[in-house]
Amino acid sequence: MTAPIIEVCDLVKRFDGFTAVDHISFAVPEGVVFAFLGPNGAGKTTTIKMLTTVLAPSEGRLMIAGHDPVAAPLLVRRAFGIVFQDPSLDDELTAAENMELHGVLYRVPRVDRRRRIDALLHFVGLWERRHDYVKRFSGGMKRRLEIARALLHRPRILFLDEPTSGLDPQTRNQIWEFIRNLCRDERVTVFFTTHYMEEAERVADQIAIIDHGRIVAEGTAATLRQRTHGRTLEDAFIALTGHGIREADAAPLDRMRMMRRAWRR
Amino acid sequence: MSAVFILWLRQLKRYFRSRARMIGSLGQPILFLLALGFGLGPIFARAGRGNYVQFLAPGIVTMAILFTAVFGGIEIIWDRQLGFLKETLVAPVSRFAIVLGRTLGGATVALIQGGIVFLVCVAAGFWPAHPLLLPLALLFMTLIAVMCTAIGTALGSVLQDMQGFQLIMNFIVLPLFFFSSALFPVPDRAGAVRLAVRLNPLSYGVDGLRGALNGGFAFGVATDFAVLGTLAALLLALGAWLFARIEA
Repeated sequence: MTAPIIEVCDLVKRFDGFTAVDHISFAVPEGVVFAFLGPNGAGKTTTIKMLTTVLAPSEGRLMIAGHDPVAAPLLVRRAFGIVFQDPSLDDELTAAENMELHGVLYRVPRVDRRRRIDALLHFVGLWERRHDYVKRFSGGMKRRLEIARALLHRPRILFLDEPTSGLDPQTRNQIWEFIRNLCRDERVTVFFTTHYMEEAERVADQIAIIDHGRIVAEGTAATLRQRTHGRTLEDAFIALTGHGIREADAAPLDRMRMMRRAWRR
Repeated sequence: MSAVFILWLRQLKRYFRSRARMIGSLGQPILFLLALGFGLGPIFARAGRGNYVQFLAPGIVTMAILFTAVFGGIEIIWDRQLGFLKETLVAPVSRFAIVLGRTLGGATVALIQGGIVFLVCVAAGFWPAHPLLLPLALLFMTLIAVMCTAIGTALGSVLQDMQGFQLIMNFIVLPLFFFSSALFPVPDRAGAVRLAVRLNPLSYGVDGLRGALNGGFAFGVATDFAVLGTLAALLLALGAWLFARIEA
């Protein structure tokens, strides 16, 4: 058993009196595919933002690849790659240019950069389209390019925030296949969120479920099923987080408010 | 350093790839040059002030730089909405390097745009009185470009979306332009307009550029240079500070 690559201890995030993340603790061992699940507004994205140095925690201790994101953000940033919930490519650059820009920002040496960009573009099946502007790409192609880009600097951890949302089943399958091959070939630790329980069940070695800012369950898909006597992970998820639908219009509104606050600070 | 360079290069690529934006933003200064230059020219001459196009050209070049630079800086808002900003915010690069790259990129684009408008002015009959002073003119154009892009960067770091666009246009960009002595000489007699012109940082850019191109500085070349240089540095620092406060 190796030391955990992500260690979270009593992590708290408050926005103007609203507690988005409430004393959560968990650890992710190196090389594991870790699913972080929860209903809308449960605190998933806020947690990812704290893990990735974008938001400062209100309380608690964090260790990412041996560094504290608050004290040494640049060292932590070098250690992870991230695919955000929404695309973060420059549409007016080509696929290769987006990769090149990332490689320079992360100081990947030139020769290695070229080789690595070629290999990754082949790997995600975008080599033939490398000189096309990203604005001509479909949603699935953009997502694949973002995954390739996130891996360019050989991160030890790959964060994926709902990498398959808004994609059709074929593309979703393809993306997960990429990710699984990656873990095998590149030995990266994958930390992802998703709303598709069957994906988490199929792909994740370990699962944590967060609700109302607290971790409500942790384990493998099998142990979570056993614990709740559910047939699938989805049954377990509903047993743990309840049947209540998170108010459809309150959730986006809350998220917007939270984002506004986050932006303002 | 390489991060600054690659972000600078990105701004240039985006500029050269969007011909529509490039040509579109040339329209306004050219319109001002032709309509005002030839429309008010005879009156200016009758008042004994000489050739108006010759007087106006440095002001129009400044205008082109001002508009392009401020909007180049504000592009941060687009990048935020389209998501690209996040990619730079989680990169292992200091926020200052990001701001510097963006600002220098925006300033370079504005400088090119100013250069094109300069050539248009020459085509319209303008001619620099002291061709040897052209490097000095270029220096002032650069300072104007950096200062205005830094204003845009600062605004873009604070604003949430493009809804404040009209506000910026009508309450910052246009007043800066109209009270900069770009269109008329600094009034001889004390008054509200003269005070506004003197308080306006852009006036020192217009004066420096006009002095280098036509001869005769209203405020003095050393003053122009000192005011512009100091403000460009201060605004760049302000832009960097505001940008550093952004959380993705």
